Amino acid sequence: MEQLKTIGRELAMGSQGGFGQSKEFLELVKSIGEARSKAEEDRIVLREIETLKRRIVEPDIAKRKMKEYIIRLLYVEMLGHDASFGYIHAVKMTHDDNLLSKRTGYLAVTLFLNDDHDLIILIVNTIQKDLKSDNYLVVCAALNAVCRLINEETIPAVLPSVVDLLAHPKDAVRKKAVMALHRFHHKSPYSVSHLIDNFRRKLCDNDPGVMGATLCPLFDLIAVDPTSYKDLVVSFVSILKQVAEHRLPKSYDYHQMPAPFIQTDKESQIKLLKILAVLGSGDKQASEHMYTVIGEIIRKGDSSSNIGNAILYECICCVSSIYPNVKLLEAAADVIARFLKSDSHNLKYMGIDALGRLIKISPHVAEQHQLAVIDCLEDPDDTLKRKTFELLYKMTKSSNVEVIVDRMIDYMISISDDHYKTYIASRCVELAEQFAPSNHWFIQTMNKVFEHAGDLVNIKVAHNLMRLIGEGFGEDAAAADSQLRSSAVESYLHIIGEPKLPSMFLQVICWVLGEYGTADGKYSASYITGKLCDIAEAYSNDETVKAYAISALTKIYAFEIAAGRKVDMLPECQSFVEELLASHSTDLQQRAYELQALIGLDARAVETIMPQDASCEDIEVDKNLAFLHGYVQQSLERGALPYIPEDERTGMVNVSNFRSQDQHESAQHGLRFEAYEVPKPPIPSKVAPVSLSSSTDLVPVPETLYSRETHQISSVRSSSEAGSSELKLKLDGVQKKWGKPTYSSSTSSSTNSTSQNPVNGVTQMDVAAAVNSRVRDNYDTREPRVEISPEKQKLAASLFGGSTKTEKRSSTSNKVPRASVSAPDRSQESKAAVALNEVAREKTNQSSPPPDLLDLDESTVTVVPASVDPFKQLEGLLDTSISSTTNHNSSGESNAPDIMTLYAETSASRESGSDGYSIPVIGDNVNLLSELSIAAVRGTTGETTVTPLSQSVKGPNAKDSLQRDAKVRQMGVTPTSQNPNLFSDLLG
Amino acid sequence: MIHFVLLISRQGKVRLTKWYSPYSQKERSKVIRELSGMIISRAPKQCNFVEWRGYKVVYKRYASLFFCMCIDQDDNELEVLEIIHHFVEILDRYFGSVCELDLIFNFHKAYYILDEILIAGELQESSKKTVARLIAAQAWNNFSLS
Repeated sequence: MEQLKTIGRELAMGSQGGFGQSKEFLELVKSIGEARSKAEEDRIVLREIETLKRRIVEPDIAKRKMKEYIIRLLYVEMLGHDASFGYIHAVKMTHDDNLLSKRTGYLAVTLFLNDDHDLIILIVNTIQKDLKSDNYLVVCAALNAVCRLINEETIPAVLPSVVDLLAHPKDAVRKKAVMALHRFHHKSPYSVSHLIDNFRRKLCDNDPGVMGATLCPLFDLIAVDPTSYKDLVVSFVSILKQVAEHRLPKSYDYHQMPAPFIQTDKESQIKLLKILAVLGSGDKQASEHMYTVIGEIIRKGDSSSNIGNAILYECICCVSSIYPNVKLLEAAADVIARFLKSDSHNLKYMGIDALGRLIKISPHVAEQHQLAVIDCLEDPDDTLKRKTFELLYKMTKSSNVEVIVDRMIDYMISISDDHYKTYIASRCVELAEQFAPSNHWFIQTMNKVFEHAGDLVNIKVAHNLMRLIGEGFGEDAAAADSQLRSSAVESYLHIIGEPKLPSMFLQVICWVLGEYGTADGKYSASYITGKLCDIAEAYSNDETVKAYAISALTKIYAFEIAAGRKVDMLPECQSFVEELLASHSTDLQQRAYELQALIGLDARAVETIMPQDASCEDIEVDKNLAFLHGYVQQSLERGALPYIPEDERTGMVNVSNFRSQDQHESAQHGLRFEAYEVPKPPIPSKVAPVSLSSSTDLVPVPETLYSRETHQISSVRSSSEAGSSELKLKLDGVQKKWGKPTYSSSTSSSTNSTSQNPVNGVTQMDVAAAVNSRVRDNYDTREPRVEISPEKQKLAASLFGGSTKTEKRSSTSNKVPRASVSAPDRSQESKAAVALNEVAREKTNQSSPPPDLLDLDESTVTVVPASVDPFKQLEGLLDTSISSTTNHNSSGESNAPDIMTLYAETSASRESGSDGYSIPVIGDNVNLLSELSIAAVRGTTGETTVTPLSQSVKGPNAKDSLQRDAKVRQMGVTPTSQNPNLFSDLLG
Repeated sequence: MIHFVLLISRQGKVRLTKWYSPYSQKERSKVIRELSGMIISRAPKQCNFVEWRGYKVVYKRYASLFFCMCIDQDDNELEVLEIIHHFVEILDRYFGSVCELDLIFNFHKAYYILDEILIAGELQESSKKTVARLIAAQAWNNFSLS
């Protein structure tokens, strides 16, 4: 049956004389279709190429025949072979008067040539002529080619004609002309910068298609510079409204046929929403214009069709980009819920993506969808999984970082796609550096990343890790430092045994073993040196690793000598050093000689050369060579000439030299082989751009060889710095983590908090955290395990539960009475919360009655329907309430009783945030207070029996952390728990 | 914007390619190889998007053909899915219940149609009627001229 159909079609094809496909061509297509292997296909195509090469140059080929040849060339090219011999014939064909031939010619050139091809110049003339043609189809064909082929240099040649076409009577032509201008703008923004008014005018074109096309260039323009288009907000909104309500201009009436053009509407809606998102971002006034229409679109949204969902999704993007509006956010959250509950993977994907956007504004939305997100995470579909990781990345905080990073690493190990592996490895590193709960965990995590992603990781990460281990916590935490280091050494000694470690990881290992291998006295020097030699031997063709290894050996021997112990080199070390002494690499050789020389010295000398644990000491370099001053003075007195700096000395000559070289350069424009250092904005004038820009950039640099070198170095350095910022290795964050504890709250950095208050004391903060963690830890051990829930729920809890919880911080001091201290911590946290939460709190401050605290437990089911909508009553209050809460916070700091009320309210209202804005059951102040103190008292009594440091409890073990996190959630007096007993338990 | 359009058969054979961004012939074959390997192996229930080299590729299977379009990170996937469907519907209307063979033997016509739907990597016409009208006008013009 199938075959019969095929034959029928072929017959029909063959008899189709009008389009002139010969038997030959059909044969070719068929034989390629039947080819069983790539090799066979290639053979057929090569034979075809030979035939065409011969035929196409024959004189007097009929037009129809020629057209077929060109189509055959297209076919060959499509299959991935080179048909460049025929390009010129395609170009010739565009000159033809016959529209069919001309179109074939244009089609061929647009498919064959990129805009930088040499033949373009031959087509420009034809295009110019065709753009002025009376036949609009010819104009269309030419415009198609314009979009593809015209490059920066040829834009001026066709620009006037294209602009004229904006007024063409045919809408199809106007549309293409707009798109062509859009393309020009892409290629060279300055060429069309004077035409921006035309775009604005075309927005009012009476054909919705043309209007829709105009949105493309406008979107690009607005994305670059939103401020100068703010005046268009109102018109965009009104267009969007008309489009959404299908109220097209009455005048638009196509061939007496009222055109619903629903499809066009939808596409322009998406574009319009995109534009509004850009225009409204961070602009309250502009955003206010949009609220109604967006709300309307969401409300009417048709979620049964694909395009309807596309619009809904675009609405969410827009809502999350413009100045936040509570109602819209709620509506958006509803749409997301619908997406996530859908069976379609596509919609789930869009839902996860939308959630990632919305979460920046209202962090609590994710909590309703915990299980859906986890389902997506565990889905076999890679695309969905990656999108979910993206979401998790956005919602990571110190409370859930362990689970998330562990998941990421597991996934990283399981995939083989290098591109994504690099990406996710950098994500892991970034998160670990930002949020690591403990150094031990950090090192373990980095080990895993290095082990599996290996050399895909940026080298900076390795250096960071080394520096981190080297710098430790700072001066006053020596004990913790050495603990960290020995745990690092321990883990590396463990890992060394594994085969095939990536080079970069080995470098870290060698460095750490060299610096700290023998520091804690647990391992003998001979053991460590033996291991180092093993590494060098196992990876004997990696010179960098060998260099690291020999340096490490040097250090260890130096420490031994300095400590007064006798050094006897292992035989394998001996042979390793000897091997390096004869190495071809001068670097290795020098290191080996240094080692040899060092061993011969006495203890005191060695100690000054290689002091223990001094990798972070600053080495002071006297750049001015001050110790020579006396000598210089003497020479001057004896009549020597004073020193003139090099650039001054030869300055004059150099500048002139340079000028001439510059002119030279601009003269042979286009033959510059060295790379440009810094990307500069394109230069408006085309006359002498190269000389101008390069001279301003380069003149300050002297011409001599030496200084040129330094210039290069500095440029290299700056580029590497740029690289680091790309990777977002947030070093300052790291220092905060490991250096002295300072005020920093990750929630405040991730959300756009409007009310930061710097008044908060640093020490207070820490102490509070310490109390919290102490109490928490205490609970971990004391509390029997009550939670029996499936694994997913646990994961959910560990991922989402932490979102309303305070930042964890390890601190050892605790001097301030407990009960009153928690407040700053809380208020801190509350400040980080979003404006919306603040509004909620304010609201609860004002009006809600204080029911019993124990009721909280009932409100802990994941989704609670809103009983009253606080925001309906609160619209418009947004700004004032934010500022008033801030005041409230800061005043609360000096006033202990106030703090307590604030605290109670905060925790209660935070609770409300997590439950999707239902008015929560407000905690009774008195109750909560007493409960807190009870908790605190328990904390003190149990103190001695528990392991006090949160650090030691924290392991990389996912299960542990899951349980802990679940409990932490219960403990943080934010009872979203599934454990109804907890509070009665607490209260006795 | 749309960077390229690919039509690949279930066996990984190329049926139509249109590049809106510059790619050398070598890169093109590499892209096709990579993507066809990735897309053809995906299960039917999985979502129609693939993340690839910082871009997104939206694909949909119609009978034995995969229609793929590569878009930027911030483009709307569902919209592109709709564009693909739109293209298929127009092809269907033009060829009269289109099948893979139509596209194999008349690929240049498919190109003409695509040129009326997309221009410079953006959707230019989402009305089926308008596209059909333009294509018909061209055919008529050819007839009257030749």
